Amino acid sequence: MFEIPLSALGLQIFMGFTLGMIFVLLAVGLSLIFGMLTVVNFAHGAFYMWGAYAGLLAMNYMGNFWLALVIVPIVVGGVGMLLERFAVRRLYGLNPDYPLLLTFGFSLVMIEIVRIIWGTADHPFSSPPALQGPINLGVFFFPSYWLFVIVVTIVVLLLLWILLKKTNIGLIIRAGTRDSLMVRVCGIDISKIWLLVFGMGTGIAGLAGILAAPMRGVYPEMGISMLVECFVVVVVGGMGSLVGAIYSGIILGVVVSFTTLIYPPMANIVIFLVMAVILLIRPSGLFGEKGLLE
Amino acid sequence: MEKTSIVKRILIWASNHPLWMIILFFLIFPFIMPYKALATLILINGLFSLGFNILYGYTGLLSFGHAAYFGLGAYSVGILLSRFQTSIWTALLFSLIVSGVGSLIIGFFCLRRRGIYFALLNLAFAQMLYFIAFQWVSLTGGEVGLRNIPTPALQLPGFSIDIYSPLRFYYFTFIFVTIALIVLKRILDSPFGRVLEAIRENENRARAIGYHTNQVKWLSYIISGVFSGLAGGLYTLYMHFVGIEYLYWTTSGMVVMMTLLGGAGTFFGPFIGAGVYLYLEDIISIYTKHWMIFVGSIFFLCVLMFPEGIWGRVKSRIDRLKVS
Repeated sequence: MFEIPLSALGLQIFMGFTLGMIFVLLAVGLSLIFGMLTVVNFAHGAFYMWGAYAGLLAMNYMGNFWLALVIVPIVVGGVGMLLERFAVRRLYGLNPDYPLLLTFGFSLVMIEIVRIIWGTADHPFSSPPALQGPINLGVFFFPSYWLFVIVVTIVVLLLLWILLKKTNIGLIIRAGTRDSLMVRVCGIDISKIWLLVFGMGTGIAGLAGILAAPMRGVYPEMGISMLVECFVVVVVGGMGSLVGAIYSGIILGVVVSFTTLIYPPMANIVIFLVMAVILLIRPSGLFGEKGLLE
Repeated sequence: MEKTSIVKRILIWASNHPLWMIILFFLIFPFIMPYKALATLILINGLFSLGFNILYGYTGLLSFGHAAYFGLGAYSVGILLSRFQTSIWTALLFSLIVSGVGSLIIGFFCLRRRGIYFALLNLAFAQMLYFIAFQWVSLTGGEVGLRNIPTPALQLPGFSIDIYSPLRFYYFTFIFVTIALIVLKRILDSPFGRVLEAIRENENRARAIGYHTNQVKWLSYIISGVFSGLAGGLYTLYMHFVGIEYLYWTTSGMVVMMTLLGGAGTFFGPFIGAGVYLYLEDIISIYTKHWMIFVGSIFFLCVLMFPEGIWGRVKSRIDRLKVS
């Protein structure tokens, strides 16, 4: 372990950071939907996967990565809104397990649709020419596309922060997370906010999908392992806490990346061990409030 | 009572004597199915769903990781038969022990959280086992799984028989399912079973009355895991093969769908669900390999339209018949 040069170590931390960014994007959407609607969106990984395939489609027809980066989240978020409006909404107020089961069924359909159209093989997805090749960060060279992913994530998180903290809609969302009945009493049509939040969460998942595509490849099952990992992030960070999702996403990304360097066979297993430890010492997660939907 | 037709009477009798009904039915089941392999598959998967149903249907805990116990049972039988050449009895006994210990440990962690966290924690731990099995090639065969598992004869006092003809294996499974059903009925009719349902209806009240709900849930979790492990062990004996996908989330999802389709919290539900699911898979996969899109859509509509499941629907009709 001591023969690893410092630059390789730095590179690994940075790569872990990038992986953490994808975790954060997914976990933030999952947390947002959960905090607002108390629905665990099991199809979140499938929306992430659809983001990647929608990106593939957009690249084929338009050939412009930047345009795809804007259109894909809107399209995927639109699908999410349709799901909320016509299916998930009917189950509010019933057993909280039902939306989870419903979105699970939906994710199977989403995966199978992709398999019918594109087959089961892995599709390559090249990063845009402007972002190919490494960039010199002084200590080590780093793929410029990965740096771009970090920048985009930070921008998205900033925008989200502004939306939630500085706008009227954000105020309603935050209030709705606390007590949706009170918001309704104030004369606000909260069902529109639900629709918006679901669309936003799934749209961000779509964005994460197209961002991750050049780094991790595009295949029908890409969303499932991501969903599980992302859920571990949310448990470690604390369900419903956006700050917790950000911190734990970064921490777990770095942990996975480090383990890959030291002992590769453990790379897929280590985050579950971290989760088990957190569950033992702090069951509600690093930043979680106890008792939310338990 | 004279006006009720014979069909209604049979249905009412069936719902009053579920145990006898189901045992009688499975006794003749292989002869009414298109082929006997499907009957055996329905029986084994029904047993798996029955294990899952103890936890979800009767205790109200939704687990999205029951592939873990099915897989543990399957791998125990596979490893013991192929690497240690043990008898079938030893292998099956081990599948019970291993899945029991597994659910004891994982249950301890998962039950630290409730509700939706619990469901997804199970998924996370099952995925962990999947990755472990994937990496531990020397024991599990990794991605390839265990193939060509030996088929020893079944040792009975005084003699031994070969159980690998379709009909014999069906009745071999039938015996285990019958025992499982009797055990389940005993559990559900016992005070312990009442506590399970009390927890499902309102855990806080059950605790307020003075039950140690956490320990009861843990025990229910272990029982559920052991049933699932037995199903996994029988499945391995039947297939002579253990695949890595037994531990994958698709297996967890399958048992959730079977139980929900049939009717969670009902006695017949798991078997009806397993039957419908496997029959659909059997028919649709003749025409297309994308049968999952149909099964997924049906499940989606089931949750939306009748979350009480097929038998849940029928049962509520019968209950109304009884009143009239």
